[in-house]
Formats: sequence, C-alpha cells, structure tokens
Amino acid sequence: MIPAVSFKKLSRHFGSVKAVDGVDLDIQPGEFFAMLGPSGSGKTTCLRLIAGFEQPSSGAISIFGERAEGVPPYRRNVNTVFQDYALFPHLNVLDNVAYGLMVKGVGKAERVKAANEALAMVRLPAYGERKPSQLSGGQRQRVALARALVNRPKVLLLDEPLGALDLKLRENMQEELKALQKSLGITFIFVTHDQGEALSMADRVAVFNDGRIMQVGTPQDIYQRPASRFVADFVGSSNVLPPEFVKRYSGQNSWASLRPEAIRLRRDTSGDGVAGRVVSLNYVGAATRVGVDAEGLLLHVTVPAGSAVPEQGDQVMLTFNREHIHLMGAEA
Amino acid sequence: MSLAPSFSDGAPAVLPARGGLRGHLSDAFWHRPGLLLVLMLAPPVLWLGVVYLGALFALLLQSFFSIDEFSGLISREFTLKTYGELLQPTNLDIIVRTVVMAALVTIASVFVAFPIAYYAARYARGKWKALFYLGIMLPLWSSYLVKIYAWKLILAKEGILGWLLAKLHLTWLLDAWLSLPVVGGNSLSVSFTGTFIVFVYVWLPFMILPIQASLERVAGNLVEASADLGASPGQTFRNVLFPLALPGIVAGSIFTFSLTLGDYIIPQIVGTSRLFIGQAVYAHQGTAGNIPLAAAFTVVPIIVMGVYLWMAKRMGAFDAL
Repeated sequence: MIPAVSFKKLSRHFGSVKAVDGVDLDIQPGEFFAMLGPSGSGKTTCLRLIAGFEQPSSGAISIFGERAEGVPPYRRNVNTVFQDYALFPHLNVLDNVAYGLMVKGVGKAERVKAANEALAMVRLPAYGERKPSQLSGGQRQRVALARALVNRPKVLLLDEPLGALDLKLRENMQEELKALQKSLGITFIFVTHDQGEALSMADRVAVFNDGRIMQVGTPQDIYQRPASRFVADFVGSSNVLPPEFVKRYSGQNSWASLRPEAIRLRRDTSGDGVAGRVVSLNYVGAATRVGVDAEGLLLHVTVPAGSAVPEQGDQVMLTFNREHIHLMGAEA
Repeated sequence: MSLAPSFSDGAPAVLPARGGLRGHLSDAFWHRPGLLLVLMLAPPVLWLGVVYLGALFALLLQSFFSIDEFSGLISREFTLKTYGELLQPTNLDIIVRTVVMAALVTIASVFVAFPIAYYAARYARGKWKALFYLGIMLPLWSSYLVKIYAWKLILAKEGILGWLLAKLHLTWLLDAWLSLPVVGGNSLSVSFTGTFIVFVYVWLPFMILPIQASLERVAGNLVEASADLGASPGQTFRNVLFPLALPGIVAGSIFTFSLTLGDYIIPQIVGTSRLFIGQAVYAHQGTAGNIPLAAAFTVVPIIVMGVYLWMAKRMGAFDAL
C-alpha cells in the first residue's frame, strides 16, 4: 500500500538548529496519526513540511506516492486546521468555509451548498452569516475544521487542534474528531504536546524529541512499552527505574519503567516489598497520586478512589508484579 | 500549614489613606473616573470646538457673502453669487485640475507605498525595522521647502535626471514625454509631470505608515491559510491581503488626497503657471482681497473629502477595522 505521507531521511535545519533531523516515517492512508513531543521537538515543523509551508533541507517527502519537495502549499491536496484557527476576519463564516472552493473557481451556488453541508457536519448549520469574531473558541475550531474538510483533502493536518479549548470542550471535541475521522476515512495527522490527547485519539503515535522520532507505535505500545527513558518520562507519568534498582528486583542491568497504577501500596510495613515514606499527595478525582520516597528514589503510585489513602509522612510498603517492570533498551 | 512569619505578622488588610493633595486627588479620581475624563478632554474639545470648528464655520459663512465689483468691498448679505462665480469655466478648471491631480497622486502613492509597507510589516525585523522607520521619517524632519527646491534642481533642464537620462541614451524618451500635451512642458520642473512627482514624493510617508500599520495587524498565518486552501499568491493578495489592508490604504489616501487638494507651494515652485485650488485661495484672499471667493474655494476640498469618505464607507473600506 502506498503510504499517505512518507518521510525519507527528512531534515529541516534553520541555520545551526536542526528542527527536524533525518526522520523516517510512513503514515498509512485512513490513519489517525499523532505527532507527540515537547515544544521545540520538531513535530510542528514536520506538519509544516507536509503542508508545504517549509521546504526540507535534505531528504524526501512524498504524499500518496507523489514527491512533494518544491511543491507550493496551494498545489497540495492537503489542508490544515491551524492552532489559532486563522479564520479570515473580514469574511463571514460561510465565505470562510467556501474560500477553498472559491479560489478553485467553483460556482457560487455550488460552493454555498458545499459550505453549508460542511457547517452542518460540524454542527454549526445556522452560523453562516456571522463573523469569526462573534464566535466562541469552540465554534471557531469547528469552522476551521469545516473550512479544511470542505475541500475533501487527501490528508488533514491539525496543529494543536484542541490546545485553546477548555477541558470539557476538549474532551467532547476529541470524541467528535475521532468519529468524524472514522466516518470520512481521511488521513488525519495531528500535532500535540498533550500525551493524554495523543493516546486517546490516535491509531498510532510518533514521539518526537530534538528533531528525531524516539518511538512510533500504537498508544498501547507507547504507554506500556516505552522504548526509552525519554518516552517513559514524557508519555504519562511512568516511574523510571535506574539499573541498580531494576537489578535488585528483576536481575537485569538496565533502565526500566513501571506504571504508577501497577504499584500497590500497603500501610503495614511487615512482609516483602519496597519500604518508603509518603512525601506528596495529589487528589485527581478518580484517584490519588501518592509520591513515595523509597530509599532515595521517588516513586509515584496511583491509589484508586475508594481505597485507603495514606497520610503525608506515613511509612508504607510498595509491592508490584515483576512482569510489570518494562525494561528499556539502549539509552537514548 | 506554616506560612512564613512575614505573611502572618498582623499587617492591616486595608491600608490607611495616603493623605496630602496627591492622595486626595487619587481617591477623588478613583471614585469619579468621569471627572478625570472631563479634565483631560476639556482643553482639546474647547480648542477643536471653538477655534477650529468656529473658524471653519466663519469661513463657510463668508463664502455666502459677495464682493462689490466696483468698490471691492465685501457686502455682508447672504447670496449664492460667489458660488455662481466659482462655477465659471476658469474656476471650474482649477477645481477639476486639482481633484484629478490629487486622485492621480493618491493612486500612485498606493502603488509605490504598498510594497514598501509590505516588506516592513512582513520581513523587516530588528535593525532593519529601525532603518525602515528612519528612512520613512527622516525626510519629514527636513524642511518641506528644501525638499521641493531640491526636486526643482533634479527635474530642471540641466538637472540630474536629465543628465542621467542622457548617459543612458534615453533623452529622446524625456523629450517625447515633454512634447505631450497637458503633462509635458519645457522641462520636467515646469510641467504637471514634475508637480505630480514632487507631490508623490512629499506625501509618500503619509501613505506608507497607515498601510504598514494595517498590514502589521494581518496575522502571518492568514496568508498561510489562504495558500493552504489553494489560493495562488495573486489570489491571496486579492482576497486576503488587500481587503485587510484597505482601511490603511483609505487612511493613507485621506492624507495624500486632502494634502494635495490644499497645497499651494508645490505647484508654485514646480509646475506650470496654471493654478491649483490652494494657489487660487492664496491669490484671492491676498492681493485680490476677494475673501468670499477664497472661502468658496476652500469649501470645495471639504465637500470632495466628504463625498470621498462616504463612498469609501459605502464600498466597505472600514469593514475590516
């Protein structure tokens, strides 16, 4: 199968800064793909390389098998939902959505019909006459989505699509985007620094750091089997275990990760386990995150709501299943 | 929970009044924000209202007086006789000439100013931006008369421009242009072409700065969004950049248009002997002593600008404000 987007040794350097540094990546058609990483990790530059706003310094990029180096953005059948939406302030919502069809010379009646359909799809059917400034953040987001999708792009790029929305709206939009992608079957590529968003929405995730890809895999892979300390640290809140600790409990001399929810916490300090002292308590609703100082190593433990929660300063015993210790390969 | 001692040492939650004149004034202004507003606005409003609008009204009034042809005295009776005089062919010529010149100067200024403003707003950063402002503002610091006389020398028959064109073997082009009716003349410095060039030069900063300010507010990602949606650079200019820059262009054109309508020095120094409105006003209120006709002439730019702004508003020039 021809990949929707393919990077071969792709690099983009700005002077001495290697924003993207020799990245190889294939994104499959119809995939919901997330590029996850901290700011400055090169994920947004990758997105801009696909859109055509940036040109590669070296390497190759192809979209559905066609080479895209040197092709300007307006000749790529790829559309972008911008981080701050980039709606045209002087046009009303309908004209914003119809813009792509207008510049391609689609007749007025036809493009108004298509734009209205796109607005209905994002559940803003009666908003065509309004100006973008009269909309809320969530509504602008939907207009930006309709404006991109009305062109029936081969690939839809989303740059931090939910970054500016509040939590409740963000959760709703996550579900909606996912449903929309399933029903349209278009390849969605989205950039985010929010690991929860990446894990909950994407079919596959690429974790970026310093212009390189650290790991590509399904959300389960990334979460349960991080390939490196960076991934374990960045994706969620895994405990990273140094080799001396790992050696004691599993016999291997290697770094490893251990999910907070895989650790059980006991208040009686007899029996087997890792002894420690509670140093922090974070109530997060469905659970409490407990920080435990175990022989100088800070471990996080998730205690589900309903279970007994220790007090600050308590002596506790930690136990875990040896199989949950995930060994990580060479240090990256 | 133990807070640092300094946070719990019994400092009052409400501070005592500061007292003194300044303390009382601060409190009074805080309680009545309107008072401060009135104090700040009163002087400029009085100035604008009494001195400026009053003078304008006096002028308007005078234009309805007339001059007695025999005695040369002003008859203070309301009449439209002066406006009848204004519409005589010689005076009408002056009006049309000035309005056409102002329109051409404005259009040319937009074309010259836009690329400069675009560069400054989009690409210039740091010291290049400082250099841009310096380059635009520097000519405004030197005397307007010095600049006009400098242009007279540049455009004169033996001037730098003529010399340059001779070196480029393009003298024939200049001669061909100067032999044209209306725009031509003995040399550029005594032709309408010369007047036009100097007008464009002198008013250009007033066009560049508003356009630059309006382009500065156009987010860069709007241009990217337009390209992303399939618009070629030309389409992006027509559909995004130009409409968003239009308020700036209109603001700039108000300057260039009205300044050209009112100026009487540039056409006096560089140009033909045919008059512009400003020169006519100067002549009528000075040597001729025909204040009513001078006043009537002055009303023309006010009406033209009013009509211009009304049309600009109708065309939606201020929608993107």
